[in-house]
Amino acid sequence: MSLGLTKTKTNGVPAASNGSSIIHMDAIRKVYDTGKVKVEALKGIDLAIGNGEFVAIVGPSGSGKSTLMNLIGCLDTPTDGRYELAGEHVSDLTRDQLADIRNRRVGFIFQNFNLLPHISASENVEMPMLFGGLPVRERRERARTLLEAVGLGDRTEHKPTELSGGQMQRVAIARALAMEPAILLADEPTGNLDSSSGGDIMTLFNDLWNQGRTLVIITHDQALATRASRIVEIHDGRITRDERQ
Amino acid sequence: MKDVFRQVGRDMRSQKLRTFLTVFGIVWGTVAISLLLAFGTGMHKQMIKNTAGLGDRIIIGWPGLTSMPYEGLGKGRRIRLSEEDIDHARLETKGLRAISSEYSNNMRIVYGTKTMAVDISGVSPVFGEMRNMIPDWGGRFINDLDMEHNRRTAFIGNQLKKDLFGEDDAIGKLVLVNGSPFQIVGVLKEKSQDSSYSGRDHSKMMIPSTTYRALTGEKYVDNFIAQPVRGTDSKIVMDSLRAAMSERQRFSPEDKEALSFWDTTEQFKFFDLFMLSFNTFLGIIGCLTLIVGGIGVSNIMNVVVEERTREIGIKMALGARQKSIMTQFLIETMIVTGIGGAIGFAISITICAFFPEQAVEFVGMPRVSPLVALLTASALGIVGLVAGYFPAREASRLDPVVAMKL
Repeated sequence: MSLGLTKTKTNGVPAASNGSSIIHMDAIRKVYDTGKVKVEALKGIDLAIGNGEFVAIVGPSGSGKSTLMNLIGCLDTPTDGRYELAGEHVSDLTRDQLADIRNRRVGFIFQNFNLLPHISASENVEMPMLFGGLPVRERRERARTLLEAVGLGDRTEHKPTELSGGQMQRVAIARALAMEPAILLADEPTGNLDSSSGGDIMTLFNDLWNQGRTLVIITHDQALATRASRIVEIHDGRITRDERQ
Repeated sequence: MKDVFRQVGRDMRSQKLRTFLTVFGIVWGTVAISLLLAFGTGMHKQMIKNTAGLGDRIIIGWPGLTSMPYEGLGKGRRIRLSEEDIDHARLETKGLRAISSEYSNNMRIVYGTKTMAVDISGVSPVFGEMRNMIPDWGGRFINDLDMEHNRRTAFIGNQLKKDLFGEDDAIGKLVLVNGSPFQIVGVLKEKSQDSSYSGRDHSKMMIPSTTYRALTGEKYVDNFIAQPVRGTDSKIVMDSLRAAMSERQRFSPEDKEALSFWDTTEQFKFFDLFMLSFNTFLGIIGCLTLIVGGIGVSNIMNVVVEERTREIGIKMALGARQKSIMTQFLIETMIVTGIGGAIGFAISITICAFFPEQAVEFVGMPRVSPLVALLTASALGIVGLVAGYFPAREASRLDPVVAMKL
């Protein structure tokens, strides 16, 4: 599958401040305070991910990899430590500022797709552009281009419920690409798919990587992990292995 | 902003059942309360109209027998009032707007081959005004010239007109009253009248009192009609009237039987009180309906927000700001409220429009007030807004991750 997409920056993403790294984490800690019990999910993570890397984050359940993913995607803020995303400090931003960062810098791909069920594939892809304030004509065109690129050019007006799992995930990928994010973040993207659709999605990720995009994928899927250029293993809130292959 | 409306429109279309239920709740509440108050208002108006059919806050007086001795005269003496007594009272009574004598008797009327026994009253021009006798198009009531020249003119009730002339025009026709020709100058415009003291106005004939006296030789009035100045206590006027009459007729001003009154203003007071309690009752029912409707709408809103928490989470993950989520929600509520209120108002008006004619005489024509509909819909809207606002804010304050997993 070839993606006829060229990376055109819709907004001026500044170059990363420290060399070519997009993600720069320094002694990141995350503590969940449930009142009685304090759970330290991340116990000091140092992680730098460079431009164009394809990183698979692996680890058992409860190891803290989802927490790490939420922090990377600015869905959550760290308790402690410094985090720079594409040259911006995001450790102490307001909710609305974080929303803007998520909108412009990060493309999310979830295990359960998280598409809005009542609107069409095209409208789902338009959603981030809507929040980003793009004019309607541009949104439409871009949504169509993106859906064509993921092989769903003939499904733009279908609702998610009328699509298969693999197709839904491709809509989600198109949506993730909508704002030309600095980084694509996928949480178990093949977890809800059969092996054939999962394979298609993996191929799609490979294509995206080959186009020079930065991918961070959290996965249990050994097959997907082996495609990555780098594997980071997390255990009990700490990085226990970090290998390039 | 256009985008927000587009989103709202899309969400409302995609959630047809939910939108329908919310709109329905507001429609239901608006219709219930609008109709309730419409019927209340209609009934009030009709009661006033019916009562005013007899007269506009008038006092009717009858001379009778004295019940107490006075200045050496024994009790049981008949009091007779003449036109001079009425003129005297007109000058002497405080707070009196108008007064008219009324002479009446049953007389024979002949028109063509028809002969009828009709109640005929001799009255003065102000009588028509006081008793709400409005002439139908093309006619008039007795006037001052009629009085001055003892003209043989007559104003007849609409029923009598039908009996005598059928569908033909009555104005200008001559009828024989006790053998004398009278010209019809006016026909009563149909009116509601729920009480009377000597037959309904629609079957009566009114002639100038001067003519009446000349025709019959009658010297004494049967009764008189007085109207207090608006806002004056009718009791004071009655006492003053009785005092004025008693001076000339030499009876005790305390003697309630020598001159008895029917105070129709009492009835108006009673109606006002009655309608006040009735409206209070309607108001309480209305409030209860509003509360029930409000609970319904707020329930739906609550469910809506719960249902949409995941959606809100997804939108936030994609970069929606809290404000944009809340704005969408608020606009949605306003649109739903507006549509619901408008439909409810339309339904209420339609129901009132098809209200059976026959029932109007008893309960009146229901009248929907746009203000009531607006207030009701807004009240329900506010309930929905408040009920939905807090959960929605809660949801938009959640971490996107948490909201998405719900």
